Amino acid sequence: MIDDGRPLFLQIAETIEESILDGTLAEESQAPSTNELAAFYRINPATAAKGVTVLTDKGILLKRRGIGMFVAAGAREALLRERRSAFADRYIDPLLAEARALGLRADDLAALLRERAASATTEGNPA
Amino acid sequence: MTAVIEVNDLTKTYKDKNALDRVSLAIEGGAIYGLLGRNGAGKTTLMSILTAQNFATSGEVSVFGEHPYENARVLSRICFVRESQKYPDDATPRHAFAAARLFFANWDQQLAERLVEDFQLPMKQTIKKLSRGQLSAVGVIIGLASRAELTFFDEPYLGLDAVARQIFYDRLLEDYVEHPRTIILSSHLIDEVANLIERVIVIDNGQILLNEETDAVRDRAVTVVGDAARVDSWVGDREVLHRESLGRVASVTVLGRLSDAERAEVAASGLDLAPVSLQQLIVRLTQRAGSTTQEVR
Repeated sequence: MIDDGRPLFLQIAETIEESILDGTLAEESQAPSTNELAAFYRINPATAAKGVTVLTDKGILLKRRGIGMFVAAGAREALLRERRSAFADRYIDPLLAEARALGLRADDLAALLRERAASATTEGNPA
Repeated sequence: MTAVIEVNDLTKTYKDKNALDRVSLAIEGGAIYGLLGRNGAGKTTLMSILTAQNFATSGEVSVFGEHPYENARVLSRICFVRESQKYPDDATPRHAFAAARLFFANWDQQLAERLVEDFQLPMKQTIKKLSRGQLSAVGVIIGLASRAELTFFDEPYLGLDAVARQIFYDRLLEDYVEHPRTIILSSHLIDEVANLIERVIVIDNGQILLNEETDAVRDRAVTVVGDAARVDSWVGDREVLHRESLGRVASVTVLGRLSDAERAEVAASGLDLAPVSLQQLIVRLTQRAGSTTQEVR
């Protein structure tokens, strides 16, 4: 986890979300407990618990009494939807700002994007 | 939750200097607290009064709802690991642990033995002949293995190298998770303990400067870097904690949490944002407090 200065509990919640998005934490599998998170990231257990609460409030994690935390069915899809809707704010706006500072127009940017995407697909498909 | 410690209008005067100046504070149980501040700020004085090793000049102190002075009921539930702990001349670590085992009802001998191995502490040497780090290890082991309901660690790391300090932090967290209790950790190594402490209490010049949840303090301030004119116009009348400049570039640390919209606005105007660590924030806050009382420029 790279500390970016935001509250730790949010960073913990996001780290768990990343694991669900990339499939490391499969849906309906058991999620790490608060104490495991505290020990692994070397943080106060109350902070870890707060991060987990963010995800239970969103319905991403479910608490099964006496057993522990589980990844909800459909959690990955829900996170993808959320990330997609935040994508423009998070990535496109800063990209446009930087492009403007360098004197690149939106058209130039679109061309660049297509060019890079094309070479990425050929590299990504060796077969 | 009820308060484990209550301090009301506490003042401690040494000759003509106020080591503590009308401090009021309530500490709730079941959390790890960081007690931070500069040397001479009053941290050790506060802890020694709370553990009945020093007397208040005026004000009220209550621990577990009672007066701690000569109160065995209260004192048997407290462990104070102080930096300058004295042991009898011929005592070995084995003697110190045997004495602690008699005094602390929750003493865990197995944990103590494991920690002795972790810190590779020579058990048969007299404490007088131990290195500074080994002496600190004796205190750390007593502090952890005593499992007292209220444990104070006053700069427990002196002479401990980075590896040994990490062992301390890891064991503290592990044992705290298994056996929640109230731990008050005084430290100058703020960045090392920042993630361990649930609440941060900063004491400066005998007064409480900050008493907040650590995580809530993390985005209390932000540093904005970029073209000096643009930085200054963005800063406007925000409260500035620190400003430095290099040529036309300025780096200004301001107090206050930024909304996502404000962050976007900063990025759009070509300025960079950098997080402010707990350590930086406390350094800036104590400097600001110092300059308002002494008019230092």
